[in-house]
Parts: sequence; structure tokens; C-alpha cells
Amino acid sequence: MVEGAAPRLTRRRRRQLVLSAEYLVFAVLIVVLVFQADWHQIHTNFGNWSIAKQLFPDIITVGLRNTLIFTVTGFAFGLAGGLVLALMRLSSAAPYRWFALAYIEVFRGLPALLIFVFVGTGVPLAFPGANLPGGVYGQAALALALVSAAYMAETVRAGIEAVPRGQTEAARSLGMSHGKAMRSIVIPQALRIVIPPLTNELVLLFKDSSLALYLGITLQQRELSKFAKDAASQQGNTTPIIMAAVCYLIITIPLSYLARRLEARQKKGQR
Amino acid sequence: MIEVSDLHKSFGDLEVLRGIDLAVEAGEVVCVIGPSGSGKSTLLRCVNLLEQPTSGTVTVDGVELTDPECDLDAVRRRIGMVFQQFNLFPHLSVLANVTVAQRNVLRRPMADARRVARDNLERVGLGDKIDAYPAQLSGGQQQRVAIARALAMGPSVMLFDEPTSALDPELVGDVLGVMRGLAHDGMTMMVVTHEMTFAREVADRVIFMDGGLIVEEGPAAELIGAPSTDRARTFLSRVLDPAAAQVGEVEDT
Repeated sequence: MVEGAAPRLTRRRRRQLVLSAEYLVFAVLIVVLVFQADWHQIHTNFGNWSIAKQLFPDIITVGLRNTLIFTVTGFAFGLAGGLVLALMRLSSAAPYRWFALAYIEVFRGLPALLIFVFVGTGVPLAFPGANLPGGVYGQAALALALVSAAYMAETVRAGIEAVPRGQTEAARSLGMSHGKAMRSIVIPQALRIVIPPLTNELVLLFKDSSLALYLGITLQQRELSKFAKDAASQQGNTTPIIMAAVCYLIITIPLSYLARRLEARQKKGQR
Repeated sequence: MIEVSDLHKSFGDLEVLRGIDLAVEAGEVVCVIGPSGSGKSTLLRCVNLLEQPTSGTVTVDGVELTDPECDLDAVRRRIGMVFQQFNLFPHLSVLANVTVAQRNVLRRPMADARRVARDNLERVGLGDKIDAYPAQLSGGQQQRVAIARALAMGPSVMLFDEPTSALDPELVGDVLGVMRGLAHDGMTMMVVTHEMTFAREVADRVIFMDGGLIVEEGPAAELIGAPSTDRARTFLSRVLDPAAAQVGEVEDT
């Protein structure tokens, strides 16, 4: 405390006041929102239970199912591509490094939407007659893989570089070739390191799979977003959008939680 | 068994090895001592070409490793190496650490690889740790697994790069004991170490390096007991009795 002019507020008192002011502002905002909103409209348009019921079981058996198929296939091919790109980035052959770097920069710099449109219209033009296996499923997997491979390549490369050099040296001193040392010693450890960031990538892909609607899909191929959008305009009601949102969150929140847990466990495991 | 001639190694402008000539006979145990930065670890790492020498030749067991046509992976199978930081594979169990290279390099059937691994783990006194993971072991135990891993390949030479420097003082004895046993069984060994007692007892010959050169070499008892060069004498007196060292008697770089 400064001598002489005794301050009217102690430090503790001032902190209490600031904190109560913050709470007050927050509470006022909530109250205003609650009173301004038209609850009747909200209830009929967003939480309309009779409309929600009509969405079942198709929202799960068509929407969520297709979203999951697109995501999982896209992730699998993307991871394979990302691993190859990461190894190319670390290759001693300069053209490989350049190609990988160019790929990564291009595909990380483009909106995923463009890639989907390109795969949907450009690829059939560029390679006439070359139909992707699975039709739209193949196209969606390709588009998602093209995008995610670029991100995953950088993640996997960082993982490979995080494996101590002594590991390679020990493997090489036992007579393993460079390839064997990578396959059985370095890459397994690198993948363990990158599981948390890859889980986050999976969450991103899960959301990006909604872009499949730009591929020209049939009714049975609709994923969650398209399904909900169609149902919403058909019914003139927003409830299907809310339902789709719930479906997304049911998957993404546990995944994000899992990624955080894995990350925390890895941090603890480091000595 | 090991022949090194006119070996030079530079890292950029830094000349770490400035012409090393050295021969190790079959069954011989040679300890390399010297201050840090003297190039002794680099020399050892040049013997199995983990470090590519700038010039000079390295021949092990009749094969010249510095020959560009040499199949390095094939020669390295016969050169076991033990590192200061153990470098066990943390994602594999102790047994898998010892079998992985037998499997994917020597193509041994799993049953044989397991038997060889068990025998070697028994040999280093860790037969009961087969299912443990490296993180569950003490430093001394990890280093002994690393020795078993190298031995499982059936090497004709073993290289040790300061194998006890990262250990708790209490655990050094176990590792040195295993190494003593190996020397006793006639293994050809090249050991970079600061353990003078071990060098005196076990080594047939000691090499003293400083500034990228071999300054002095000779029978262990002679070199450690009565070194003939001033540099070796100062180094040894300081290592053997650090408390008696005079400040400023060596350049501290």
C-alpha cells in the first residue's frame, strides 16, 4: 500500500469488483438474448420433434453412414499418400523433395471445395473413361485424400524427424538397410508420435466430407449435410439442420477428447 | 581384425581426426581414452562407418568398409555396437529388441531368433526381463539389453562407445562385469571409456588420443601406470584423482 494517500480499494477488493462487472455484462447479454428471441418460433423451427422423428432412420442409415464412409476412406488413402509424401520430403533425391514440397504447398493452399469440384468435373474430362471404383464414393475418397495427404505429410514428416537419430544409428549398426530401419524402427515410432494430430485431422476430414454434395450425388449417396439441407428445404423447417449438427458433434466431440487424452498421455510418457 | 590407416575426418572446418593408424588383432581388447573432443568417439563411429571418413581406409575382418562398392549392411552384421545412450527401441519389448534384427536382417526363423535372444539375455543376467519394455528398466539394465542385442547377431567385433558414461555410478559395475566376461570369452573389443580401472584390468592395450591424433599407445598397465608423454600424464592424473588437479594446467576449451 502506498503511504499517505490511502487508496480507497485494496487489491483484493478491486479484483472482486472487476470480476463481478465481467459476470454482470455476461448475464445481461444472456438475458437480452433470451428475451429478444421468439421462443415459439425457435421451438417450431429448430426443435420440432414431429419433424425430427421423420428424419429417422434415414439420417443415420443414409446421412451418417455416407459421411462415415467418405471420411474413413478419405482418411485411409490420405494417410497412405501423406506417408509417401513425407518420405519423399525426406528423400535424398532432390526431385522427390521438390515434388512433395510443391504438392504440399499447392493442396494446402487451395480451398477443399475447389478440389471437390475439380475431382467431380475435371478428372473425368482429363482421364476419359477412367472411372473411379465406387463412383461417387471413389471420387469423394480421392478428393478428401488429395486434401488431407498434404496436411498429413507435414505431420508425419515432423513425427519422423522427432524420432532420435540414435534409433536409426542403432538399427543401421545391426545391419539393417535404410529401408528396413525406417519400416521397422523409425516409422512405427513416428506414427505413435503423430496419433494425436492425426486424430485432429480426422475431425477436420469428417467435416470436409460435407463437400461431397458438389460431386453430383444421388439420393442414396447423400451425406449428413446434404441430407439435412434437402430435408430442411422440403419441410420449410430448420430442425433437420439441428439434427445433423447433433450427429456431427456426437462423433467430433469424443474424437477431440480422445486426441487431447492421447496427447496428455504422451507428454506424461516423455522423460 | 580391425585395421585403420591414415584416417581423417572433418566436420566442416573442424578437423576431428587428423591421421589415425591403428590395428586391433582378433581376440584383443583395446581401450581408447582421452579428453572429450579428442576424436575417440568419432574414431569408433568410423570403424563401422556410422561416420563417413573424409579420407583413409577402414578394414574389418578382411573387408574394406571405405570401398564404395562395399556392402555396408553385410559387414555391419559382424560389427556389434553399443552406444552411450543405449538406443534401445522403445516401442519394442526386450525380447523384440533382441530379435528384430535377427529376423529382418539374418532372416532367422522366429524360434531360433527367440532362443538366441534368450541365451544372450541370460548371458547379460536379464533372462527374467524378456517381456519388459525399455522404459521399465534401469539404465544399467537397458545397456545390458543393448549388449545382448548386438551379441545376438553373432558379431566378430564389438565396439563400445562410452557404454557407462550415462549410468548411475551404482549401476556401472553390472555393465562392466558383462564386458569383462565378454573379453574373457575372447571377443575382439574396441572400447571408448573413462573407466581407468576397467581399462587397466581388462584391456590388452590402451590408446591415448588428443586433438584427433593417437598420442600414445601401449600395454594397459604401462600406459595407465606410467605414461611417457606429458599430455597423457596430466590427463591420467586428473582422471584418476580429480581432487588433486591444478587449475589452469590444461587448456579448457
